[in-house]
Amino acid sequence: MTTSAPARQPEGERVRLARTIRLERRLEVPRWLPVATTIGAIVVALVISGIILWFAGGDPIAIFVHILRSSFGSLGVISDTLVTATPLILTGLACALAFRMRLWNIGAEGQFLMGAWGASAVILIPLVPAGTPSIITIPLMMVAGMLAGALYGAIPGILKAYRDVNEIIVTLMLNYIAAGWIAYWVFGPWSEAGFQLTAQFPKSAWLPRLSDFASSVPAFGGLTVHFGLIFGIVAAVVVRFLLFRSGRGYEIRLIGDSPRAARYAGINVARNTVIVFAMSGALAGLAGMSEVAGVVHRLQLVISPGYGFTAIIVAYIAKLHPYGVIIAAIAFGALILAGREIQPSGIPSMIQGIILFCLIASEVVLRYRVRIERRAA
Amino acid sequence: MDLTTILAAGVASGTVLLFAAVGEIFAERAGVINLGVEGMMLIGAVVAFGTAVATGNPWLGLVLGTMAGGLLSVLHAVITISFQAEQVVSGLALTFLGTGLARVLGEDLSKAGAIALLPTLTIPGLEAVPGVGPIFFTDQSILVYVGYAVVPIAWYWINRTRPGLHLRAVGESPTAADTLGVDVYRLRYAYVIVGGLFAGLAGATITLAISPGWFGDLTVNGQGWIAIAIVIFAQWGVGRAALGAYAYAAIGRLLIDIQGPQELFGIPNPFYVNHTLTFFLGMVPYILIILVLVAVSGEAIRKRIGAPAALGIHYVRGERGH
Repeated sequence: MTTSAPARQPEGERVRLARTIRLERRLEVPRWLPVATTIGAIVVALVISGIILWFAGGDPIAIFVHILRSSFGSLGVISDTLVTATPLILTGLACALAFRMRLWNIGAEGQFLMGAWGASAVILIPLVPAGTPSIITIPLMMVAGMLAGALYGAIPGILKAYRDVNEIIVTLMLNYIAAGWIAYWVFGPWSEAGFQLTAQFPKSAWLPRLSDFASSVPAFGGLTVHFGLIFGIVAAVVVRFLLFRSGRGYEIRLIGDSPRAARYAGINVARNTVIVFAMSGALAGLAGMSEVAGVVHRLQLVISPGYGFTAIIVAYIAKLHPYGVIIAAIAFGALILAGREIQPSGIPSMIQGIILFCLIASEVVLRYRVRIERRAA
Repeated sequence: MDLTTILAAGVASGTVLLFAAVGEIFAERAGVINLGVEGMMLIGAVVAFGTAVATGNPWLGLVLGTMAGGLLSVLHAVITISFQAEQVVSGLALTFLGTGLARVLGEDLSKAGAIALLPTLTIPGLEAVPGVGPIFFTDQSILVYVGYAVVPIAWYWINRTRPGLHLRAVGESPTAADTLGVDVYRLRYAYVIVGGLFAGLAGATITLAISPGWFGDLTVNGQGWIAIAIVIFAQWGVGRAALGAYAYAAIGRLLIDIQGPQELFGIPNPFYVNHTLTFFLGMVPYILIILVLVAVSGEAIRKRIGAPAALGIHYVRGERGH
């Protein structure tokens, strides 16, 4: 089926043009094309960002080199990059899973915070007596974090499934509510001497770090990579299996591609909506748990520089594929890590926006074949 | 805590939400969701404030801030209308981009001192009307009065004029509109940009009139998202959007003022005694929005009204499914 390019001049003017650009819908997409367009889009985005930085009076090359060096320049910073990537992998998977069903979960940030709260509650309420060994504490924190995230994610799921309430607005509002909830606990009942953070967790609630094994492997000294990275990789495998090898995943993808066809096929869309939202929330909640148990070792007012929002871009760059999420998360982990030192502080967020724009713009190449036709003037 | 003060403040800061919501209503009535309101407002806010700081002229700031919002929305129009990309994702990208760009542009503005603001007006005669006068017509920014004018004009444009009929047709049934010779693409472009101009105006209203200054992304602090929620609450109607905007802002002010007094209704004020409880007050507006959306969706199902039928759907001439 051919279509004329949208938003062209009216018919009469077009005839006068010697050449016409036509968009033809592709029937098949070559396997290499999505990868090529993604890379192309990122390159274009970096060029555009560079031009903007140059106009803003910065030295784009120096900034990009700085980003690369302070994120991949040495073993130590690579490790730090992976630490920043860990919550992005999990929240990115949360978004990818929901977006597969075209459920716009913009609430990974809130679910992340609730997961962090749930995991902290195990230590701070406390749900386990002091001196409980890691082998019990850590799994309990994981369950609590995932449960808190899943319940929090289920709210927009239920409202969407049974009352047709717009999930974008609900998840966004829940982000603000979660931030207030955390603020209440860290300023109020769990405050450490009036500061906006809680007491440090006991060592039994810390996820093991590579540097913990420095006594047997000296090369691990100072490396901050923690066990949460394993959570992320395992979660990616599980989500991939779920999406592409299970009946549930088939239903999710079918609903995402064609809700009407899914309904005719007798698939319960409402139930899947709630399940996917809860699973998405559980993944984001696990990210929150991994962050408090692996990095900050306490609950505090600011534990996320917007992981739940960057996750949206991570999921999109990965074309909603679980393994792609890992790669995209590492790239954006680097951007966030290096971005902490870059002035003005808005640069990383701006680059993220430009990358996302170029990505979605590039998708037109996947759907359409651009043809330039010559016509008699 | 004084009811008149709270309502007057609600009308003032509600004007910001009103502009943003009316802009989004125009875009969505034409069939295009733009979730980039927050980003466009931030750009409008920073450009308006920066211009006022640099030139000392808030009017120039108002014009440039409004145009900056419109300029950013062109991106959304190109990507969703010409390239037919997913509107939701493009809008999110717009918010990321607008937020980052505003923070880059506003780097040195947080240290800028006081600027000349847009004038406030008191309407002689009307100010004396009991109840209404002190709330709506006393010492309000000139932009608040612009807001009063925008509501009936926008309503009339959408519901009673021929261009408004075309606008609704493009959003409800683009195929039918196209068949009758309405240029679907051009109208969608136009109204997405109108939405951007209004969002830019909303941002400029914050920094030049309602709460002057530049505080990074906290300047807008999620009001763009609230405006989108108000559009749903309003069921895409301008009058109800105005009501929602004013009411939401008044509730926001009430929740701040309630923390002040030592006693409430003769008992010790719990929010004064235990300050950490105010975090729950901070959640109330967001909980309220969710509850209102749940109620509205029930109403929409009962009355069989709702979003424009073609909202969020690309129009490709000659393809089925519209």
